[in-house]
Amino acid sequence: MTERLSVRKTYKLFIGGAFPRSESGRSYVVTSAKGEFLANASKASRKDARDAVVAARKAFGGWSGATAYNRGQVIYRIAEMLESRRAQFAAELVAADGVAAKKAAELLDAAVDRLVWYAGWSDKIGAIRGSANPVAGPYFNLSSTEPTGVVAVVAPPTGPLLGLVSVIAPVIVTGNTCVVVASERAPLPSITLSEVLATSDLPGGVVNILTGGSEEIAPWLAGHMDVNGIDLTGAAPDLAKTCEELAAENLKRVLRPPADKIDWLADPGTARMTAFLETKTVWHPIGV
Amino acid sequence: MFEYAPAPESRDVVDIKPSYGLFVNGEFVDGSGSAFKTINPASEEKLAEIAAASAADVDLAVQAARKAFTTWSAMPGAERAKYLFRIARIIQERARELAVLESLDNGKPIRESRDVDLPLVAAHFFYYAGWADKLQYAGYGTRPLGVAGQVIPWNFPLLMLAWKIAPALACGNTVVLKPAETTPLTALLFAEICQQADLPPGVVNIVTGAGETGAAVVNHPDVDKVAFTGSTEVGRLIARSVAGTGKKVTLELGGKAANIVYEDAALDQAVEGIVNGIFFNQGHVCCAGSRLLVQESIAGELLASLKRRLGTLRMGDPLDKNTDIGAINSAAQLAKIRELSDAGEQEGAERWSPACAIPAQGFWFPPTIFTGVAQSHRIAREEIFGPVLSVLTFRTPAEAVEKANNTPFGLSAGVWTEKASLMLWTADRLRAGVIWSNTFNRFDPTSPFGGYKESGYGREGGRHGLEAYLDARDGSL
Repeated sequence: MTERLSVRKTYKLFIGGAFPRSESGRSYVVTSAKGEFLANASKASRKDARDAVVAARKAFGGWSGATAYNRGQVIYRIAEMLESRRAQFAAELVAADGVAAKKAAELLDAAVDRLVWYAGWSDKIGAIRGSANPVAGPYFNLSSTEPTGVVAVVAPPTGPLLGLVSVIAPVIVTGNTCVVVASERAPLPSITLSEVLATSDLPGGVVNILTGGSEEIAPWLAGHMDVNGIDLTGAAPDLAKTCEELAAENLKRVLRPPADKIDWLADPGTARMTAFLETKTVWHPIGV
Repeated sequence: MFEYAPAPESRDVVDIKPSYGLFVNGEFVDGSGSAFKTINPASEEKLAEIAAASAADVDLAVQAARKAFTTWSAMPGAERAKYLFRIARIIQERARELAVLESLDNGKPIRESRDVDLPLVAAHFFYYAGWADKLQYAGYGTRPLGVAGQVIPWNFPLLMLAWKIAPALACGNTVVLKPAETTPLTALLFAEICQQADLPPGVVNIVTGAGETGAAVVNHPDVDKVAFTGSTEVGRLIARSVAGTGKKVTLELGGKAANIVYEDAALDQAVEGIVNGIFFNQGHVCCAGSRLLVQESIAGELLASLKRRLGTLRMGDPLDKNTDIGAINSAAQLAKIRELSDAGEQEGAERWSPACAIPAQGFWFPPTIFTGVAQSHRIAREEIFGPVLSVLTFRTPAEAVEKANNTPFGLSAGVWTEKASLMLWTADRLRAGVIWSNTFNRFDPTSPFGGYKESGYGREGGRHGLEAYLDARDGSL
């Protein structure tokens, strides 16, 4: 009897809620931690990056205008979908990252729990970051938080799932939309994650994921005039410097890569959310 | 229009020295750059000779600040607070002197320096003094950053100094501050106030000079924090120059604020707000309401009323207590305002100014309104930073918001309507950091100020203003 030949998945980009190949027609070989062939992933181009920004901008009005409660529900739904795909992700993590099965399970649990944690922040971050200001005069004066806009995210090269979830969730929970440059070496979990996102009631375009060369794609996003912020967590020092210089052109908010190695299992804190929040202060006279 | 007898404020209250040095490590020292003069823009008379700080001078100032940081940051917050309270009190005691000096060096009417700038300066020091021993409750940690390099503009010289120095010191940082080249005098008087307050040497250092001095401050490798208020163009340069460093940066840059007047607005109040929005401080205000967006149905009536009101504004001697519009700060700024206004005419907008006598000496520009302005015109897109208002119209609230947000800037905006739900709907959609509804150009130390988009990042004022001067990293992600 012949052994059944498995049906492999084609790994594509995730733009505007759809799964296109790179318009450039390019792909690159992705191998396991042990060097075995895993897949030909799409190698995104400048045009793909720009299409992704257009999709993210298009989605911004609706997503930032949705109630915080609704955004929290959607992100909780992502956690539910991720939980239900445990087996698939565990296998992918073992292959991509070379971690043991037990470690893969731990990272997966942490990724699900992180989404749940961030989901709860949607309607609370404004309470801890806003303020009613006691001005010296007859004025109502209130400061509240608003999302920055379209944020480019250079995902960490390691921690292909937990690291990725930990950089995406804080950006979108407050109402931003994003374009993510996935880990170049281990991009496959990011595409599988986009399958989760696509089935989580997350509006198309809120998260867009590009695979390929981060050195090639990240600078296009850093210099893009319709991108409002950039998270350089996954960028090596030289790339981070180049991107920060390009980001100055329209004064993007820049989250620099951390000086020390990140422990993705640690308490995230609020800094990743507040890096891409604006404060709006509204004044109105009080009187009859 | 009523005739007013001149009511000049006496300039005898302030003693201007013939020349000033740099303030480094608690003392005035010579600068090694070539000295420059600061003039009264209302008369072009020379006020004083000012030392210019070279890169070597800046280095000495940074070293002094670094040395002082050790003790200043370790001092109990309650003690730091008392120094700031002391400074606030001395500012109040010497308020008249500072106000006159500000008007002389800057050209702004004494009515504004006396009633707006100086009270806000003192209040800012009082406000942040109170934070110095309460940082653990603010939510940004309690660790200061180190040495702050601060570069400020000429439009509100002493107020911008207060916005920079008060929070920096409250959080335990030390500072090297560069005032604007055309308005260094109140900063140098502030240095004397630091001496009177017995502030430890090196906690505040003031280095005067032009752009090169500012660049030396920003690019000094031992500066941990850069704070800049000024043009978006320079803000971009700074953002680029700190790339790849560990320096924390806040930038408060340009603006092109929309001031939206709906048809149900209280028109007399709106007219006062429009005047305050664009003619306050000769329009030398980054958050000025420089684009008036008026609903088409009331445009004629509003403009007639606005023109009538402009006819009552008095332009002239900044030290005259009746003066509404003072001098333009410099010849260079006047040239820029003229160039952009000429472009407005060339591009087809209609220019109007009230009949208004222009003094023979000094730099002056009459209050000016442009009607028939299209969104593509330079006067609708570029920051003029002068007393020039561009008027555009709209039909629906959606169109008003669309036009208001059609700018790379996002510092401030105004909304005028008697309908609360429309006000909040509009405020919600405007992409700007400060929204004044049924008022304009209000400032308070408790109220965070700062922009969206290319108007910069970071907030000054309020609890939010502490974040710029604390190391809020929580050590994890």
